[in-house]
Amino acid sequence: MSNSPPTSRIELLQGTLDFIVLQALRWGPCHGYGIAQLIRAQSNQALQVETGSLYPALQRLLRQRAVAAEWTVSENKRRIRVYRLTPKGREMLATERSKWEQLSRAIAGLMLPPAAEEP
Amino acid sequence: MRFLELFARRRARRTDELAEELRTHLELAAADRVARGESPTEAAANARREFGNSGLVLDISRDQWSGFGNWLERLGQDVRIALRVLRRTPGFSTVAILTIALGIGATTAIFSVVNATLLHPLPYPRAGQLVRIEDDLAGTGSRAVGMSTPEWRDLQRSGVFEAVSPAWFDDNNMTGPARAQRVGLLIVAPNYFAMLRVKPQIGATFDSADATPGFNGQAVISDGLWERAFGRDPAIHGRFVQLDSDSYHIVGVMPRGFQAPSATRQERATEVWVAFGFSGAPLDQVSSQSRTPLFPGAFARIRDGLTLAEAQRRVDALAHALRRQFPVDYPAASGWRIRLVPLREHVVGDVRSPLLLLMAAVGLLLLIACANVANLLLARATARGREMAVRQAIGGSPSRLVRQLLTESVTLSSLGGLTGVALLLAGQRFLIRLVPAGVPMLSGISIDWMVLLFACVASAAAGIVFGLAPAMDVRRIDVTRMLKVEGRGATGTRQQKRTRRLLVVGELALSLVLMISAGLLVRSFQSLANAPLGFDARNVTIVHTRLPYPNDSTEDLYGTVGAEAPFVREVTRRAMAIPGVESAALGSGAAVPLDHPEQDQNALRVRFDGRPLDGQVPTVVTGSQVTPAYFHLLGLTLLRGRLFSDFDTDESPQVAVINQAMARAYWPGQDALGKRLKLSRRDTAWTTVVGIIADARTESLASPAIPLVYASLYQRQGKHLAIFLRGHFETAAMEKRIRNEVQTINPALPVFGAETLDDAISGSLAVRRFSMRVIELFAVTALLLASLGIYGVIAYTVSERTQEIGVRVALGAARADILRMILAQGAALVGAGVAIGLIGAVIAARAMAGMLFGVSPIDLATFAVVTTVLAVVALAGCVVPARRAMRADPVVALRG
Repeated sequence: MSNSPPTSRIELLQGTLDFIVLQALRWGPCHGYGIAQLIRAQSNQALQVETGSLYPALQRLLRQRAVAAEWTVSENKRRIRVYRLTPKGREMLATERSKWEQLSRAIAGLMLPPAAEEP
Repeated sequence: MRFLELFARRRARRTDELAEELRTHLELAAADRVARGESPTEAAANARREFGNSGLVLDISRDQWSGFGNWLERLGQDVRIALRVLRRTPGFSTVAILTIALGIGATTAIFSVVNATLLHPLPYPRAGQLVRIEDDLAGTGSRAVGMSTPEWRDLQRSGVFEAVSPAWFDDNNMTGPARAQRVGLLIVAPNYFAMLRVKPQIGATFDSADATPGFNGQAVISDGLWERAFGRDPAIHGRFVQLDSDSYHIVGVMPRGFQAPSATRQERATEVWVAFGFSGAPLDQVSSQSRTPLFPGAFARIRDGLTLAEAQRRVDALAHALRRQFPVDYPAASGWRIRLVPLREHVVGDVRSPLLLLMAAVGLLLLIACANVANLLLARATARGREMAVRQAIGGSPSRLVRQLLTESVTLSSLGGLTGVALLLAGQRFLIRLVPAGVPMLSGISIDWMVLLFACVASAAAGIVFGLAPAMDVRRIDVTRMLKVEGRGATGTRQQKRTRRLLVVGELALSLVLMISAGLLVRSFQSLANAPLGFDARNVTIVHTRLPYPNDSTEDLYGTVGAEAPFVREVTRRAMAIPGVESAALGSGAAVPLDHPEQDQNALRVRFDGRPLDGQVPTVVTGSQVTPAYFHLLGLTLLRGRLFSDFDTDESPQVAVINQAMARAYWPGQDALGKRLKLSRRDTAWTTVVGIIADARTESLASPAIPLVYASLYQRQGKHLAIFLRGHFETAAMEKRIRNEVQTINPALPVFGAETLDDAISGSLAVRRFSMRVIELFAVTALLLASLGIYGVIAYTVSERTQEIGVRVALGAARADILRMILAQGAALVGAGVAIGLIGAVIAARAMAGMLFGVSPIDLATFAVVTTVLAVVALAGCVVPARRAMRADPVVALRG
């Protein structure tokens, strides 16, 4: 938070967070803190996931069986709970992604009018 | 409970895990910061700041868990909050809880009766297969005219039934264990108990394959008789008793609580069952082979796999074939047919409509109570508008608030229901005594799980019904506006006010429906109770005795009229000699006005002189045998001809007295005097009509015009004898006195059932009186609730408009104008309620037309009077707040 100006942060659309969490888990199993860090790093600090959003999202995904969780011991001997994608999660991710691509193409079309029409 | 415990444990474990995970998150974040060069303390503090409120995170994460646990937890929370809120306003809560307790208590009470009589399965295995079989004469509109032995055999052989058993109830004289006493006896076929599929508690029942003609000498007794006459002697099996001087040995004792299925109270209280072949002695050849009705009807079990409709269709086909085969016995015009009645309908048919009426009435009452509580809640919701606005402003979602409010109202209704059921349980013994004894399966009435379930569902439903309006209102709250309103807090939304007015209008309308229905029932009851009887019931006491009917006719002391007449004369003479007795007469059971047991063979198949048997005229007439003094004793008026005299005996020509209705029905436009008829198919000699008496309501309070024929007890026998005594004396003492006199003549004769005629008449009205009283009570309660409701609304508007009224007065409005203004508002509500209520009342009255007597369903007088009462009481409820408004001091009002 300290190393990015608040104005450049993006408020996440509702429902998008689940997609982003799944996306983050694509690289392999990870614990909650790790997921938050991963999202922050991959979005160039633009996406800051609040714990108050992240953990409900994880619980929601657990309930939908999109992710599975298990307790393991980390390299520095800490008991941690790691999440990984389930086949069902991968499927959800795929559909979400195609939806997302459609949406972003549509929005991009609206925001960036074709060059020909520029004066 | 085990399940819930497991559930809670699992939930606790998951919470621990989540908490641990969150702690780890914090530690990892802090560690990262330390790695980036922050000091450990700084790192921990920053990490925590970044993390946010960990309790909240935990909570909202848990909210994502699957439904039930969350639901349960939130429910617990909501109920706790609800209880706290209810405690905060004890006055409101008490009134609301008591109102609901009243509604639920009354509804549950009525339901417990409905449950025991109409819903409980009859206590016989696969009772749905059991039917009552009755013969009807559709051509004359006569029902249950009786059945003959050949018809019974035809039914047995029809293949429709697993078993068919006639049932022929009779009083009987039991001697043997103690002095002569009257017992209720049911003569059945040997397959009766097998058909019902019931087993005795001691010994056995009859062998259903037993084909002995006549009586087989076996008797099965009830638990009650075993106790009363045999002191629960365990060695009862094989003991002998004398029934009508015939000897029977007891083969079994039925379990406690076993009742013979029947529409009549006497037959349900049967104490002795004997098996009869319905042919052979004491019946003669003619009786058992003729198709003239012999016994009242039969019971049967339909074969497996046949529906009632299918069975009825096959029986119809059988009846059709029989009508063609025996045209003399079943003349085409009489429309003879066999009707199957589901056993339950047979047993409880008489009380079904009164009970359903009561259930409907109490349902209305509950609705009115709900409307009242809804109104209270709405008033409070207005007061709590600010609280709701604040809660929404700080993030309470509307749906959560709706749920909270609904939980509050359901908690309220549950407390009300609990109170109602508790009151019911406390008053149970007392309340049951109010139910007339004529209601079948009375002993089955109890607060069982079915009733409790009903109370729970009714309470929950009531809570949702009256909580819905205030709860839905929350969604409409304009938070900004509400929070801006200053000072004394919010006034209700426009929507709230409209809802409250609608509720009051609905309440008034429902009350009017209930009150008019009650009014019509009261009017019916009055016209029944006050209908001119046509006879004089005052100071008449009736005592019963019964002559034995031994199976061996050579042992019958009273086998002929000639043998019975001296006994009748002697009883009359002795009764007259008792101090206080002014006159005495004897008659057959059917001669007792209004209260005679239906089992009396009082339906005569008459033949008229000069008309062919298969003629067009109905031939079933109610008849009885009486001594000459009977007419005078009851004050029946002779119109033409003469009454019986002591000189009409078995040696003189047979004579009959008829009523006007009989003359009108069978000799229209002719003089009935001197006409001849035969009172049974077996009569050889003609009976001549010698007198015509005025119609009287001796058969039914509802109608005086039922054709009746009387024969002389000195010419035609009666076994069941009613002794009529007019005079001033004490009834119970008289029974003893008569018993002494009768048993002096013959110690084997029982004397029982002393009752004044007034009591008998009043007893015949018991079920009607009961339902009328209960509905009356409901109507009064409804009126009270409705007037409270309108009072509440008007009082509330007045308090809300205090300022406005102050301004009006300050500007010079006369106080009378203020009063008028407020009353006009009340009158508008009353007017709307009355208009809707009248429509509802017309519909309700039409639906209950069958239960009304002597009053049209749309009885203008009742409608007018009841509407006026409602309007006046409701307006009176408005006057109190209106006067308060009138007296409002403008200075105080404006300073507010």
